[in-house]
Amino acid sequence: MSLLKVRNLFVDFSTPDGTVHAVTDVSFDISKGETLAIVGESGSGKSQIVFAAMGLLADNGRARGEVLFEERNLLSLSPSDLNKVRANDIAMIFQDPMTSLNPYMRVSEQMTEVLVLHKGMSKSAAYTESLRMLDAVKIPDARSVIRRYPHECSGGMRQRIMIAMSLLCHPKLLIADEPTTALDVTVQAQIMHLLNEIQKEFGTAIILITHDLAVVAGSCENTLVLYGGRVLEYGRTVDLFKSPAQPYTKGLLSALPRLDTDGEQLHTIPGNPPNMMLDVRGCPFEPRCPYRRPECAETMPDLVRFQDDRLRACHVAFEDLQ
Amino acid sequence: MINFVIRRIGIAIPTLLILIAISFFLMHAAPGGPFNSERGVPPEVLANLNAKYGLDKPLIVQLWNYIWDIVTKFDFGPSMIFKTRTVNDIIAQGFPVTFTYGIWSFLVAVVVGVSLGVAAAVNHNSWLDYLAVGVSIGAQVLPNFVLAPILVLVFTLGLHWLPGGGWNGGQWPYPVMPVIALSTSFMASIARITRSSMLEVLHSNFIRTARAKGLPANTVIWKHAFKPSLLPVISYLAPAFVGMITGSVVVDVYFSTGGMGQMFVNSATSRDYSTMMGITILYGVLTIVFNMLADILYAWIDPKIRL
Repeated sequence: MSLLKVRNLFVDFSTPDGTVHAVTDVSFDISKGETLAIVGESGSGKSQIVFAAMGLLADNGRARGEVLFEERNLLSLSPSDLNKVRANDIAMIFQDPMTSLNPYMRVSEQMTEVLVLHKGMSKSAAYTESLRMLDAVKIPDARSVIRRYPHECSGGMRQRIMIAMSLLCHPKLLIADEPTTALDVTVQAQIMHLLNEIQKEFGTAIILITHDLAVVAGSCENTLVLYGGRVLEYGRTVDLFKSPAQPYTKGLLSALPRLDTDGEQLHTIPGNPPNMMLDVRGCPFEPRCPYRRPECAETMPDLVRFQDDRLRACHVAFEDLQ
Repeated sequence: MINFVIRRIGIAIPTLLILIAISFFLMHAAPGGPFNSERGVPPEVLANLNAKYGLDKPLIVQLWNYIWDIVTKFDFGPSMIFKTRTVNDIIAQGFPVTFTYGIWSFLVAVVVGVSLGVAAAVNHNSWLDYLAVGVSIGAQVLPNFVLAPILVLVFTLGLHWLPGGGWNGGQWPYPVMPVIALSTSFMASIARITRSSMLEVLHSNFIRTARAKGLPANTVIWKHAFKPSLLPVISYLAPAFVGMITGSVVVDVYFSTGGMGQMFVNSATSRDYSTMMGITILYGVLTIVFNMLADILYAWIDPKIRL
C-alpha cells in the first residue's frame, strides 16, 4: 500500500531569463515505513520535488502533475487543508539547522505551538509532550534545552530539536532534506543513526534527500537517482550499489573514495551539470556520458522496469554497463 | 539590564557635555551677537548689556558658569531677546505644543508606515505592493514645505474642512494638518524599511519551517516574521521620534502652531544664545534617552543581544 504517490510531477520556475525546468516528469511511490533516498547533485531538482509536495515552492515556482498522499492530491488542496497535512501527516526537516529554527523564539514555544495547533493540546500538556520528544531524540538535559533560544544550542543539537519538533504529531512521512549536510561528520553519523531508530520505533516512512551516497548506503532501502530534474534510476539500494544500471549512477559510485584502493586518483564525472533553462529532448546526462550513442541526444529514454522492481532510463543495454 | 542603563548614563553625561561645549563655541564663533541690531547700540549700552548677561567674560568662564547654573539650579538663563522671559519659560510654552503634534505624528507614522510595509511585503509584487511603494516614494520625495501649502490649499481654501492655522490649545481639528505634514515623510521611510526587512524575513529558512509546520499564514506573519522584521525599524524609530517631538520649523511657520521648531530657528537667527543652547540641550537629552530606549527594545526582541 503506497503512502505517497508522485505522478508525472513537473516543477517550473519563471525567471526574468526564462523558465527553469527544475523537475521533469518525475513519478515514484513510497509505502508505509519505507525509507527512500532521493540522490542527485546540487540543482538536480531533488529538494524541489518535496517542496512542491509540501506547497513550499518559491513564489515564482509552479508544480503540475499529482502528489497523492493517501489518495488525496496535495497539489490541489486548499491552503487550510494543506496546513492540516503539514506536520500532522507529513513533517519536514531542513538542510541548515542553524537557520531553520526561529532565532527569536524559545525552543519550547516553537515546539508547543505545533501541538496546540494540530492536536488542540493545552500549553502545559504540549510542554510535557515536547519535553518527552526531546528526550526521545536523546538531547541531554532536555529540561534546560527546551527553555533556550536556538543560538544557545549547537548545530547537532538544533538538528535534533528540528527532528523532535517534526515528530511531535507522529507523522506518517518524514521528509529530511539533506539533514546532515551542514554538520560535522561525527554528528552526521549520530543524526543518521537517530533517524534510523525513529523509523524503527515510530514506523515513520522517510524520504531522505541527499547527495551523499555514503549516507544512503547505510540507511535507505530504496534509492531514486535524479539528474537534470529527471529520474534516471530507481531500485533497492543494495542492487543499485552492486550493479548500477545507468551510466550516471555508475559514475557517482566510482567517484566515492574507497579505503581498499590506496593511491589511486579519485574518479570524477567530466563536464558540468546541465543548464535547466534549455528544453532538452534527449537524456540530460548525454553530454557527460561515456556510453553515449547518437539516439541519446535525440530522445529521452523511457523509465522502464527491468529485473523485479528496478527501473532505469537508458538507451544502453544493462549488460553493456556491467 | 540595570548595568546597561547605568553604563549608558555614564556615557551620556560626557556626551552631553561635549555637545554643550561644541554648540557653545560654534554659536559664539558665528558673526554677530544678540544685541546687534540695525540701529546700532551705543558702545556704552552694549558694554552694559554684555556685562549683565556675562558676555564680557572669557568664553571658557561663560561656559563654566552656564553649565554650573544648569547643574545646580536647573537654570538655563534668561532669554537675551525676550527680556522678561527665561529659557525655561520659552521651552515650557513651546514644548507642549510640539510634543502634542509630535506624538500624534509619531503614532500615525508608525501605525500607517508599519501596516503599509507589512501589507506590501506580504502581497509582494501585487498591485497593493506597487501602490504602497509608489505612495512611500512619493511621500518621501515630497518635502513638507511643499506638502504644507498643498494641504492648506486643498483642505482649507478648497474644501473648507480644516482650519488653515493656529493651535487653539491643541483642540480638534487644529493639529490635523500639522500632524499630516510632519508625519508623511517619516511614515514613508518606516513603510519602506518595514517592507524590505519583512520581505527578507519572509524568505528566511525559519519562516519556511513555520510554514512546513502547518501554521496559518497569519500566524506565520504575526507570530514568526513580525518581531524580527521590526528590528531595522526600531533603530530608525529613535531618531525619528526625537525628530518629530521636537517639531519642525516648516510646520510651525505654515500652521502658526507656536511650537519649538520655529523658536529654535528664531533663536539662532537672532543669536539668542541662551534659548538656542537650552533647546539644543533638550534635543540632545531626548536623542540620548530615546536611543537608549531603542537599544532596550532591541534586546527585548532579539535574544542574541544581551544588555
